[in-house]
Amino acid sequence: MGSLDTFVQQVFNGLVLGSLYALIALGYTMVYGIVNLINFAHGDVLMMGALTALSAIALAQGLAPGIPGWVLMLVGMLAAIPVCVLLSLVIERVAYRPLRNAPRLAPLITAIGVSILLQTLAMIIWGRNHLTFPQLLSPEPITIGPATATVTKLLVIALSAIIMVALLLLVQYSRLGRAMRATAENARVAALMGVNPNAVIAATFAIGAALAAVAGVMYASLYSVAHFYMGFIPGLKAFTAAVLGGIGNIPGAMLGGVLLGLIEALGAGYIDQISDGVFGSNYQDVFAFIVLCVVLILRPSGLLGERVADRA
Amino acid sequence: MSSAPQSTQTQPRSALRATAVVALVLLVLPLVAQWLGPAWVRTLAFAALYVMLALGLNIVVGFAGLLDLGYIAFYAVGAYTFALLASPHLTENFPRIAQAFPGGLHVPIWASIPLGAAIAAGFGVLLGAPVLKLRGDYLAIVTLGFGDIIRIFLNNLNEPINLTNGPQGITLIDPVRIGQLRFDHAVSVLGGQLTSLQLYYYLFTALALICILVCVRLQDSRIGRAWMAIREDEIAAKAMGINVRNIKLLAFGLGATFGGVSGSMFAAFQGFVSPESFSLMESVIVLSMIVLGGLGHIPGVILGAVMLSVFPEFLRHTVGPLQMQLFGRIVIDTEVLRMLLYGVALVIIMLYRPKGLWPAPQHGIAPPAEPASAVQPQADA
Repeated sequence: MGSLDTFVQQVFNGLVLGSLYALIALGYTMVYGIVNLINFAHGDVLMMGALTALSAIALAQGLAPGIPGWVLMLVGMLAAIPVCVLLSLVIERVAYRPLRNAPRLAPLITAIGVSILLQTLAMIIWGRNHLTFPQLLSPEPITIGPATATVTKLLVIALSAIIMVALLLLVQYSRLGRAMRATAENARVAALMGVNPNAVIAATFAIGAALAAVAGVMYASLYSVAHFYMGFIPGLKAFTAAVLGGIGNIPGAMLGGVLLGLIEALGAGYIDQISDGVFGSNYQDVFAFIVLCVVLILRPSGLLGERVADRA
Repeated sequence: MSSAPQSTQTQPRSALRATAVVALVLLVLPLVAQWLGPAWVRTLAFAALYVMLALGLNIVVGFAGLLDLGYIAFYAVGAYTFALLASPHLTENFPRIAQAFPGGLHVPIWASIPLGAAIAAGFGVLLGAPVLKLRGDYLAIVTLGFGDIIRIFLNNLNEPINLTNGPQGITLIDPVRIGQLRFDHAVSVLGGQLTSLQLYYYLFTALALICILVCVRLQDSRIGRAWMAIREDEIAAKAMGINVRNIKLLAFGLGATFGGVSGSMFAAFQGFVSPESFSLMESVIVLSMIVLGGLGHIPGVILGAVMLSVFPEFLRHTVGPLQMQLFGRIVIDTEVLRMLLYGVALVIIMLYRPKGLWPAPQHGIAPPAEPASAVQPQADA
């Protein structure tokens, strides 16, 4: 296999990963843009979505054994989305809203607590073992030029692209989108203009959660595994992606996600050669962190953002 | 001004009495606990370790206001440093070291503890340097990433050179030895026996007391005031002439030192270290201890540490049988219960008592007038 082939393959893998990161990063960035809070529990919402989908799929398979894979996947997503949205709304109402005007540390610490609670809930419901997420779509490799893909991977890219376009349209042209942008700009003035900030904030959390649910189902499909701790690493990386693109900036999150996916895939693919075998691909997770540090030190506003990290 | 110095100045006898009572309780506690069961002595020893950790994190988060979510990395560094200096790992894997130390590498604790602390402090400064201008949320995430990176490195640094032995960890770590006294054997004292666990408890409590002393002195020193100044308002602090960069690095470094010392002791105590013990959850546990107890208030931090290390053990002994009685099986096992406790503690405290259970007395508010005091109560600031 020529080195160009490897390169194209890694680029493709990077796009797949990147699309997922972009979806999750959108949740972080929208919430941060509107209430200046890093929703630490976002990764765990993803995890709950994946596990809910798993149970729903198992249930559906039990009720009607002959269902084709893509229907099961649809069932999984349709089950995961309302659960995640509801969860997210409850969390926002109970844990974040009372602390909206509290000093900086308080919402962050609460978010950490919520994250732990979600993991505990998942442990109680689904146990602590790693569960296998079934292979729903055909695993046969599809060759696109020099790269090999599967239906699942192509679905990830396609679905993410569709969702991101839809979100951009929503934020740019709909009333809710206008309200969201107004509230992110200045909540008080938006309220004077007739926007209900509580409702808009709740809607933002809900949309982010729905995206996380879809991302969770696809993440679980890609890696064929689901367990209570699966949300931590994707959450952290997606946050890095959001910061990379400029936190608070929606196209930034999409760009950041894809870029981070590419960096990770190419890095993991080539690190063996670059470091002469000292570091292997098991250091893959370190890339996201290095990217985060570099971005925050050199360009804290991110690629597309105007907000600066050290606002007084 | 906190009320404690006033009362010890005006009523030294009551302070002395209180100290004597506390000292007596601390001395007698492991003997009582031993009677309940050796597992309780182990819990007490760990409580002392957690007190040290909590005090260290309190310096960074409570005094200086820098939310560090990767604190456990310093604990890990301290533990692994001690492990490498006092176990057969290095001599087994590096022939040059085996030649240099034919009797095996058994660095005594008076060298390995300071070394562990120093290396941890180095890592603290290393972490602090690039994050100096980050504010709360970003700082938290970056430190979180740092903590996890350390764990990943510990997990993977077994090739090409086997430094940390990867996921298997380092075993056969020497116990603490003071002179001829080895802490892994029981010792006869005054006709009775002190078990190894009890010896470790006394050592850790002594170290914790030293840490408390250091923290109290730091709190009232120029450095402590500088930390609190940057916690409250960094720009005003800078305007007052405080070198914010150095003070922040000092906070990270000193906090890390506490972590390093506790880590070394942990390694000696367990005899075994692996990357598993140093996950994000541990960082969060220490954070919940100081949040629950009272961020920035030393007695509160100690309270939080003791509560959150003893209470889960207590639950283990009561909730387990209770569940068996009610449901006939264990619905929520103790590990999950522990995590649940920490999560609930964080959320509930932040929502209803954000300053913690035992918060610092507020500035500028007069302490209640002492009835037998000859000193006038302070006027409101």
